[in-house]
Formats: sequence, C-alpha cells, structure tokens
Amino acid sequence: MVTVQQVVFALFALMTVGGAVGVVAARKLFHAALWMILSFFGVAGLYILLEAPFFAALQLFIYIGGVAVLIVMAIMVTRGIMGPKEPVFTYAVGAAGTAFAFLVMLALFIVNVPAWMGSAPTGEVAPDGMRQLGRALVMPSAFLLPFEVASVLLLAVLVGALFIAREKE
Amino acid sequence: MSQYALIGLYFVIAIIFGVAPPLLAWLLSPKKPNRYKGEVYESGLKTFGPTWIRFKPQYYLFALAFLVFDVEAALLLPWAVAYLWLPLYAVIEAILFLLILVIGLVYVWRKGWLTWM
Amino acid sequence: MNVLQFVANLFVNVGAWMGEVLHGWGLSPLWTAIVVKFLAGLVVAGGPLAAVLFLIWYARKVIGRIQDRMGPTNDGTAAGPFALLQAVADAIKMLTKEFIFPHGRDKVVFLIAPVLVVAVAVAIWAVIPFGPPDAGMQFVDLNIGVFYVVALASLTFFSMLMAGWSSHNKYANLGAFRAVSMIVSYEIPQMLALLVPVMLAGTMGMQGLINAQEVPFIVMAPIPALIYFLAMTAEVGRLPFEQAEADAEIVAGYFIEYSGMLFGAFYLAEFINNLSASFVFSVLFLGGWRGPWVEQAPILGLVWLSLKAFLVFSVLTFFWGAMPRLRIDHILGFSWKFLTPLALVMLMVTALVDKIVQIVGERGPSPSVSPWTRAGWLFLANAIVALVTAWVLYQVEKRQRAQREARRFAVVR
Repeated sequence: MVTVQQVVFALFALMTVGGAVGVVAARKLFHAALWMILSFFGVAGLYILLEAPFFAALQLFIYIGGVAVLIVMAIMVTRGIMGPKEPVFTYAVGAAGTAFAFLVMLALFIVNVPAWMGSAPTGEVAPDGMRQLGRALVMPSAFLLPFEVASVLLLAVLVGALFIAREKE
Repeated sequence: MSQYALIGLYFVIAIIFGVAPPLLAWLLSPKKPNRYKGEVYESGLKTFGPTWIRFKPQYYLFALAFLVFDVEAALLLPWAVAYLWLPLYAVIEAILFLLILVIGLVYVWRKGWLTWM
Repeated sequence: MNVLQFVANLFVNVGAWMGEVLHGWGLSPLWTAIVVKFLAGLVVAGGPLAAVLFLIWYARKVIGRIQDRMGPTNDGTAAGPFALLQAVADAIKMLTKEFIFPHGRDKVVFLIAPVLVVAVAVAIWAVIPFGPPDAGMQFVDLNIGVFYVVALASLTFFSMLMAGWSSHNKYANLGAFRAVSMIVSYEIPQMLALLVPVMLAGTMGMQGLINAQEVPFIVMAPIPALIYFLAMTAEVGRLPFEQAEADAEIVAGYFIEYSGMLFGAFYLAEFINNLSASFVFSVLFLGGWRGPWVEQAPILGLVWLSLKAFLVFSVLTFFWGAMPRLRIDHILGFSWKFLTPLALVMLMVTALVDKIVQIVGERGPSPSVSPWTRAGWLFLANAIVALVTAWVLYQVEKRQRAQREARRFAVVR
C-alpha cells in the first residue's frame, strides 16, 4: 500500500534529482540556472516532509533568493544576453551512466546493512522547535561558538568578495 | 504537517490564478504576427550594435553583499523567536554577532566598494 | 441562531453549512474537508484580485487629484458611476489584445515569468490572518508565518530576471539588473526591521504577532516600523523607488517586450503585492485585526484589518502621486549606508532595552512588566536613537557643505 507520504516524497525527490540532471543537460546556461532552482524547490519540499518548515523557507530564502540570483546575475553579466546554445556533452554519457548505476547500487547496499545504519531519530518534533533552536544557538554549552564563528566567516566572505569584485582604479 | 498539505493545495490554486489570465487572453486575442511587430523595441529605431553589452560589475557586487547579510539575518531569526526566553548574555552574544558584521559593512563602505559609479 | 449571529462568525458558519451540504450529497468527511478548503482558497485568492480592481481605480483617482485633474471619469462611457468599473474595462481590453512576441525571445522562459509573478503574489495571501484564530479567517496559520511571506517574495526577483533575460532586449536586461539590485538591497533592511516585531512577540506566526500587540508595535518600535515601511515601498516598486518600471528612463524596464495580458499580469501582480505588503505591515506593526468588539463578532476583524491595510495602501498611493523618482545610486546608497546601519543599531538597542526592562521588571513588585511600561521604555529608546541619528546626519551635512565651499573657493588662486 503506497502512502501519501511516499508519493509526495517521490515527487520531491524527482524534482531534486531531475533538476540536477537538467542543470547538466541544459543547452543554455540560463536554463541550467532555472533547473537548479527546481532542484532547490525539491530540497525545500524534502525539508517539509522532515517536519522542518523553517529550513524549507530558509532554502527558498537563501538558496533561491540569494545564491541562485547571484549565479544568474553572474551569467547575465559575463555571457551577455541569451548566449549561444552550448553543445551537450554527449561523449561521456556512457561513463556517467555507469558511474551513476554503480553509485546507486552502492547506496542500496549500504542502506540495507543494519549495522551501518543507526536507527532514525524517532520522537516528535517539539512544537516550540524554533525557540529551542534559538536557545541552542546562544548557549555556551550548545552552539554559541559556531554561531559567532559563522559571523566571522560571513565577515571574511563580505570583505573578500567585495575586494575581488571592486572597481579597479 | 497537514498545514503544508493545505499550502500545497493553495499553491495549486495560486498557479491556476497565474495561468488563467494569459490563457484567457490567448484564447480571446487576435493572432496576426508580422515581421515588424516582432522587432526588438528600441524606441522606434532599428537596433544598432549587438545586443550584447557589457554590464557593470557593481550590480553583482550589491547582490554579493546582499547574500552575506541575507545569511546573517536568517541566522538571527531563531534567536529572535527565542529572544523573550533568553538571558541577558544571549543578547550580548547576538550583539557581538551583529557588531562583527557592522564592522565589515563600515570597512567596505570606507574603502569605497559600495559606491555605484 | 439569528442572522446577526450567523454573520458575526460568518466564515465558520458558512464553512459548516457547506460541509453539511456536501456531506448530505454523500461525500466522505475527508473529501468534504478538502472541497471546503479548496473553495476557501478560491475566496482567499480571489478576494485580493477583486479588491485590486477597486484599488486601481482608487489609485488613479487619488493621483489624478494630486495632479490637479479628475482621474478616470464617466463621460458617456460604460465605465460605471464615477468610472468605478474603469479597471474592469482595462482588464477586458487587455484580455483581448494581441500577443506580440519579440523574435529572439526564449519561448518557454518568456511565458513562465508572468505566470510565476502572479502565482507568487497570490500565494502570499495563504497566511494573512483576516480575523481571530478559530474563526475560519486565515487559510493556514504557519508557525513560520512572516518568513513564508519573505521567502516567497524572493521568487519575485527571479521572475524579473527571467522576464528581462528572455526578452532579448538590452533595455529589458538592464532594467532587470537595476530592479533586482534595488530590491535585493532593500531586502536587508526589511528583514532586519522585521526581526524586531518577531523578537518582541516571540514568534514568527501571524496570529502570534497579533496576539502580542496589546500595544501596537508601531508604538514600541517606531523606527523599525519606518524602516520596514520604506524598505517595503522599495520592494513593491513604488515611487520614489521605482527602478523596476522607471517610465521615463528605460521605458518599462524588464517588461518592455511584454504586451497585452502578459504585461497585465505584471501590472496585476504589482498591485496585489502592494496590497499584500500593506496587509503584512498592518499585521506586523498596526495590530492586525485587533479592534473594538472583535471578540463578539470575529468578522469585524476583517473590517479592522482591511481598514488599516487600506490606510497603508493610501499612503503608498500618496507616495506614488507626490514623489519623484530617485536615482539608482542614491537609492542604493540610502539602503546600504543609512537604512541597514540604522536597522542594525535599532535591533541591538531594542534587544538590549527590552531585556533590561524585562529583567528589572522581574525583580520588582509584580512578576511581569505591563505592556505599556515596556512600550514606554522602548519608545523612549527609539526617540533617543532618532535624535542621535538626526544629530549625526546634521554633522555629516555640515562637513559636506564645508567641503563643497572649500572646493568652490579653491579655484580662485
């Protein structure tokens, strides 16, 4: 009996993987960026299935609203408008297909070895999950140090990126 | 969880509302394409120069800076939700987090990398 | 129950009645619920659309009056009394216009952009709380309420880029870049200002935000409210931040090549976004559906919220009629060099002051602080920051004027 959850999972998984394939197979660079966005949507859907709606919205907000916009603008700035169609790389499809099949079999094997897979965390997601996440981010016993280090990392990214992209005198 | 099923239902409605006007218009409108209608719009002149022009990297710069602050604001969201139940030192820590990025903003500003022209 | 009681809690009662009817036709409880919710969704999506038709007329009338002219009038046309049906007439006109497709366009992306922009504009309404909880007046109360709205808005930037790129037109591309740069720059102060109500309420959910506003947040946090308002004006592309459309500069920007209903879609989406931004601002800072007698008659919540949103929309319309367009570098400078630092400072100040008030209050006679005390201290903090900012700006202006004078007199040897 196929449950609704399985159907929805299959849908989102298809979006994610299909989008990824589309990125590689697209003829125009801009289309590749659009397939990537579809893939991000799929990931957001998977987060919702995992009962983590905050992360789903975060995915939309940061990946689609930030990273994808950045990539698309980079494409538009460097390639001009509507660049020529790039040829699809067809010579390596056989090798790629073999590698993919191998990885799938490996994954199926690993998943079915009980000793290697721990048990999935069971238990309800707390209704005040966001509050606990917020608490965890600032507790010295939890994730305070990574939180502050993240800000230093963002500082480095900001200064570094603007340094590279600055207008040369 | 069922909430998101409702959202999914609503997305379907939203897409229907998105597709309906152009679809309706396509059904109702005349279709008489000719060569002149399809030309690139350039205030009535013929296009001169290739349609490939160089864009300023400044557009890209602002998107970059946006991404950094985007992530910062998103990281602050859980803290903001938990704020009412947090002790004072948590507020100090968050201020520290913000200050580090304020310093970055000021530095970038002083170096003149945030100007347009 | 009598008619008044029925109307007082209208949506719950209508929903229950429909459920009974459908059940009577033999539908299982699950399907009944789905159908009722689907119809509710149609109302939630269609309501703003109908409202927008009226608001387009309203905006044109107001702007006309600001410009000392009449706006749309009914001089022998079929546009209804006072030309109220003007927008309907425009919509019918647009629906029957030919689609003119530019030759070099990207066929698929060109069509996706207007569909996406309308779908996103409509999708935001799912979380807008039109009334108190349990009164059937909110499609769904997500606990990431405002974040859902913000995350969806980021899809709008995409539809701009798609429209600009797929049109195969320099000006469309340029327009898309400028619009996206501007919107992206104002997203930051908007997010940072948004953090303040979330902080003060302890939740991102829309109902939770309204619940925490015994004192509306515009009193507790006037500067973040102002920052959010200005950033929101830029996000919806309203003058003085109208880089997206920029009529006289780049002739409609990224949607130059769109004609007929495809352009109509962008125009429609822009108005829907204006309206949803007004509603969100009302929820965040003006207390949402709160108002007299809402406990007895939940449907009044819809009335109060709509009035507040209409007020905000009117202010946006006055901006449109009365303000010139700012230059792109001024717009970006204003965001990055003024709004963002100010928002960061306000976030820090509000966090500190509120926490101190909370801690001091806990040590005092009563266990918790009254909302008005808290509001008073926060308002004071905002006022102090406003004064300091004004003083800083004055100093900056003085220094700049001195520099200008020095340059002028330096030419004379």
